[in-house]
Amino acid sequence: MQTSMHIATLRFGLGARLGDPLPDDPQGWLTRQLSPLTAEPAVSTAQGMASIRAQRANPGPEPLPGGLLRPPDIIRVEAMIWARRMLATQAPFAERLAEFWGNHFTVSRRQGNVAAILGAYQREAIRPAILGRFEDMLLAVARHPAMILYLDNAGSTGPNSPFGLRANRGLNENLAREILELHTLGVRGGYSQDDVTSFARILTGWSIGRGAEFNEPEGFMFRPRTHEPGPKTLLGQVFQEGEEGGIAALKFLAGHPSTYRFLATKLVRHFVADEPPVGAVQRIARVLADTHGDLAAAARALIALPEAWSPLTKLRAPQDYALAVLRGLGAGDEAAQPLLGAMAQFAQPLWTAPGPNGWPDMAGEWAAPEQLMRRLDWVNGMAGRAAAAGRPDAATVAEATLGPLLKAETTQAIRRAGSAREALVLLLASPEFQRR
Amino acid sequence: MNRRSLLGLAGGMALGGARLALAQAPQARATDARFVVVLLRGALDGLSAVQPYADPAFAGLRGALALPQPGQEGGVLDLGGSFGLHPALGRLHGMYAAGQLLPVHAVAGPYRSRSHFEAQDFLESGAEQRLASGWLNRALSTMPPGGGARPGLAVGVDVPLLLRGPVRVGTYAPPGNTQVETETLAHLAALHHADPVLGPAFAEGLRARGFSAAVLAGTAPPPGNRNGFVALAGAAARLMAAADGPRVAAMELGGWDTHAGQAGRLNAVLGQLDQGLDALREGLGAAWGRTAVLVATEFGRTVRINGTNGTDHGTGGVAFVLGGAVAGGRVLANWPGLGELFENRDLAPTLDLRSLSKGLLRDHLRLPAAALAQAFPSSEGAPPQSGLLRA
Repeated sequence: MQTSMHIATLRFGLGARLGDPLPDDPQGWLTRQLSPLTAEPAVSTAQGMASIRAQRANPGPEPLPGGLLRPPDIIRVEAMIWARRMLATQAPFAERLAEFWGNHFTVSRRQGNVAAILGAYQREAIRPAILGRFEDMLLAVARHPAMILYLDNAGSTGPNSPFGLRANRGLNENLAREILELHTLGVRGGYSQDDVTSFARILTGWSIGRGAEFNEPEGFMFRPRTHEPGPKTLLGQVFQEGEEGGIAALKFLAGHPSTYRFLATKLVRHFVADEPPVGAVQRIARVLADTHGDLAAAARALIALPEAWSPLTKLRAPQDYALAVLRGLGAGDEAAQPLLGAMAQFAQPLWTAPGPNGWPDMAGEWAAPEQLMRRLDWVNGMAGRAAAAGRPDAATVAEATLGPLLKAETTQAIRRAGSAREALVLLLASPEFQRR
Repeated sequence: MNRRSLLGLAGGMALGGARLALAQAPQARATDARFVVVLLRGALDGLSAVQPYADPAFAGLRGALALPQPGQEGGVLDLGGSFGLHPALGRLHGMYAAGQLLPVHAVAGPYRSRSHFEAQDFLESGAEQRLASGWLNRALSTMPPGGGARPGLAVGVDVPLLLRGPVRVGTYAPPGNTQVETETLAHLAALHHADPVLGPAFAEGLRARGFSAAVLAGTAPPPGNRNGFVALAGAAARLMAAADGPRVAAMELGGWDTHAGQAGRLNAVLGQLDQGLDALREGLGAAWGRTAVLVATEFGRTVRINGTNGTDHGTGGVAFVLGGAVAGGRVLANWPGLGELFENRDLAPTLDLRSLSKGLLRDHLRLPAAALAQAFPSSEGAPPQSGLLRA
């Protein structure tokens, strides 16, 4: 299988990095990456929460007390850490899984004043969980302040709770509905509006602390005084009052057959094809069911799918495209800022998905005329700089990134190009390079 | 954007050519306001941009250029029951809904020449003759002085008359955004052709940028840089958003002289305007709340369609005032009606464009009466318009 080395780097990785050897054993190369992800220590959720609060109290430009970074500075630092890691990583499959799950459990800068804890969210709730059980990731996400703030659960109040009765406050269904619709069962997973409302009651009290000043944690906090009393029924199951009831409900949802089907569909759509082959979805769903939601087992099953090895079926989302170009050109740390800039230019700025359903994962959503023109403009600039520097040349980049997957006519056009710059533009803006 | 494509604008050839000049206004004591003037060179057809669909004479006079009423397919976007915004201005309509867009109708400067170049000169001079300086520069010269003004922000773009004068202003243009060679584009178009998803999108992208099949085949000249306006607007906004950034900017967008095939051409350039103004809003971020933008053109166009599905030079037209500081969400118009036309061809103007400008200088930049008189000499007949800004 001459092409499988390249397919492994494209389909499951971030595109080959110029200078890195191609894997001679693609399956083994991918499997070896399935070990716990490292993460550089940066700003923790506790520090981020403190910064958000301090910013609110001190909106001016002067430094925050206690040497805290302001939220915009935190997100800048976090974005740079992310970009440098993605450019250089030797475990691109594992990073792709982290990106997939991060998108599945989207928390976006667009809502909820969460910018200061987005890096921490990925580090604390997503990355450690990508090879564990799905229920553990779901629990970590549902308890993370980023998700609680993003989907408005902090103030959701049981109408019959002590606080609800006194302050005449009530439910906010947002988090409960999105967990059912987007994180677990899927929109046709068989739940009703009553289930949404009931689940929202179950999750009342899942909130965040206000920090040391109030003698509360800088993070998740269960507030019994806002929790709806009494047992509740979700999908025919009864869950007891209290924080434990919520944990049990999340575990129940995590192991639901609808959830496994939904997750399998999304995984296969992401790694195999926009229209997921039914057999492949069934296989992944069965692995999830048989292993009680073991995500490492699902990842291994994905690379074992024969369907996953047909070349160039997926269109690269903007983030993937920018990364593939920069890695293909052998860029280093200096490309971190350009990477983030390109993603913004291509309408996919980091951690800024339009809604809780995350970034789209279908070619039709990204194959817009202006999108392709912006990609072209950008690689034209990249190609100009590379040509001015005298390296790398298009033939070398073509061999490293696409090899035999490049069509004969593209290879020929590159060979006949009038300049080094034109040759690189033809390669990097070619339809083959747009795909993975 | 290169200098050639900018200068090409003067000849009216480069569709959508755009340029930008920024002024580092002396630090104003009283206000941290941002003010942007966008000149639409070539005469925007105000009756297309803001359609008086409720005027009983409108549909009959305008024929195919009168779009369907709000709510119908391809219809105008309603502005409160009498006027409708062109559907290519969807982002502006969003601003209207947010109370940040004030369309102004039946507006014109004091000149009646119907010559683009005279009218633009007068519009920028702020007078009924061409002066050596522009009204915006003279307004700047009266703002409270402050230290730390940076000299030019960048070079490569010339300064429109509007901003020329005693106050030194910087110019800015984004660096080296060179265009891909047409031949390379033709190769890429061929390589994409067979791809069912990317092929049509790539072809459409090229078409939208003016690279028709004839251009790719080399039988027609390539277009100038047509995305300049949106990029410049975003760049300008980011510069202005900085605490020590320029307070005042002037931009321009060409391509409005729609004598033939107006519907399609206007659609494209209105879309650019829409995107560019939205890029301003987005780029200004929090500073948008302290911003007012004045969008003005040299005159309106004829009410009736000419023989080539276009319109000719007219009189009364449309201006827009927008921004987070603006009291929008309504149309400002003393509507003259289309039953009786100015010189039996044009929308009769009922508001002097200088009144709008003076209202913004007074209430937004907080300039005193003497400064207004200096910016707009001999304009006693055009008192500052009140109520443009949020209280």
